[in-house]
Amino acid sequence: MATSWTPDQPIVQCVEVRKSFGALEVLKGISLSVRKGEVICIIGPSGSGKSTLIRCINALQPISSGSIQIEGIEVTDPRLDKLALRRKVGMVFQQYNLFPHKTALQNVMMAPIHVLRQDRAEVEMRARALLAKVRLAGKEDSYPGELSGGQQQRVAIARSLAMRPDIMLFDEVTAALDPETVKEVLVTIRELAEDGMTCILVTHEMNFAREVADHVYFTDRGVIVEHGPPETLFTAAKDERTQRFLSQVL
Amino acid sequence: MQAIGNWFQRLYETTGLNFTVFYDAYDWDRYFAGLKMTLLLSVTTILLSLIIGALGALIQGSPSRLLRLCVNAFVVVFRNTPPLVQLFFFYFGLGTMLPAVETAGMRVPLLNNVQWAIISLSLFAAAFNVEIFRSGIEAVPRTTLEAAEALGYTRFKAYIHIVFPLAIRVCLPALNNNLVNLLKTTTLAYAIAVPETLYAVKQIWSESQNVFEMMMVLLATYGILVGILVWLMHRWERAMRIPGYAR
Repeated sequence: MATSWTPDQPIVQCVEVRKSFGALEVLKGISLSVRKGEVICIIGPSGSGKSTLIRCINALQPISSGSIQIEGIEVTDPRLDKLALRRKVGMVFQQYNLFPHKTALQNVMMAPIHVLRQDRAEVEMRARALLAKVRLAGKEDSYPGELSGGQQQRVAIARSLAMRPDIMLFDEVTAALDPETVKEVLVTIRELAEDGMTCILVTHEMNFAREVADHVYFTDRGVIVEHGPPETLFTAAKDERTQRFLSQVL
Repeated sequence: MQAIGNWFQRLYETTGLNFTVFYDAYDWDRYFAGLKMTLLLSVTTILLSLIIGALGALIQGSPSRLLRLCVNAFVVVFRNTPPLVQLFFFYFGLGTMLPAVETAGMRVPLLNNVQWAIISLSLFAAAFNVEIFRSGIEAVPRTTLEAAEALGYTRFKAYIHIVFPLAIRVCLPALNNNLVNLLKTTTLAYAIAVPETLYAVKQIWSESQNVFEMMMVLLATYGILVGILVWLMHRWERAMRIPGYAR
């Protein structure tokens, strides 16, 4: 599919995205755009549609109307080549969702071998380097069940990175972790952001959002209430709903 | 070998317990041929029922309503009717409707009784395997499949590399039970004159007048065969155990 996308255009562009589950409308016209290398945080109360939005971005869920473009590829196109899309977009989940019957190293190696049919030896070298990068050198042969939550989540990050995505989606990736292991995962994400990876994070870690985000979106009940650079949003929120939410969580 | 024969002959002379199979070459050959037939029936029906069962379970997850309906109908028909009646239906019902073929100047049925037994018993056990595999597949969290999808796996590849390997671990105990049952159900092939162990042993006891002794041999034979199958299945279960995987 020929696309007219160039790197100076938004890498992710959502326009008036609406999504309903039956009679319940979860996303009520969301528009946002992300530039290459930007780190975007989406914050907001539970049930505001944050997770649904990023699940729609890599077509895990179809949207009801509107448009989502990733590097110019229209996600809603019925003839969408999902593999092409998912090579560009990596996703990390709240519950890690590792493959429990494979070791940490195998988890990282599987998709490049099965999906991209890359050379095993080359993939293994890269997988070992990625595990070292997320500070899991020495844990290559451990099974997910033998790792802590924080370690599992870092394997999950390495697993996504092995596909060499252009964009990483993080869906409340620290929400299921013990407070002391949250930090090790956040450190990994911060390093990724510093390397210039385009990241979209749904998070409840406000301090982290404040530190790493280039732009923060506050969503509530399916709409973007307010957005801006973190220093403005966190200190001088204009909307009363944003102020109330921030006063509760900060 | 000779010593064993002598021992059983002396046992007969001193106690009257007549285990002809262990000292009479003719009876032994009949028994051994029966045993080989039982093994042939067991191995082929186990493998075929596993393949058909896995295919059925895969189709049950397909988006086509018609395909799903077909698999469900298959399961209902083969689960709700007695296996002996199924065997008769295939051999006497369908078998006589198929055209005969000419072999060495003789007209013989297209499929013989052994082949019909294999088909019938495989389908019978496969109906249960479909349900067993389905329960295993349903036990794999949707989120695990979603993670595979997000990595670019197609549905088929995700099933092969992720869903089936996890599902098989969940359903091994149930599968174990069904395969044990299948091995024992191969004795039904007796009813269409397939010369398996029960058939051979029955012939021996009619001629040698040693019903009780041959009964003991028969029970011991199946006890040992099932024991071997269970041992293999448990070894498989152990080999599939995942370190640290809590259920």
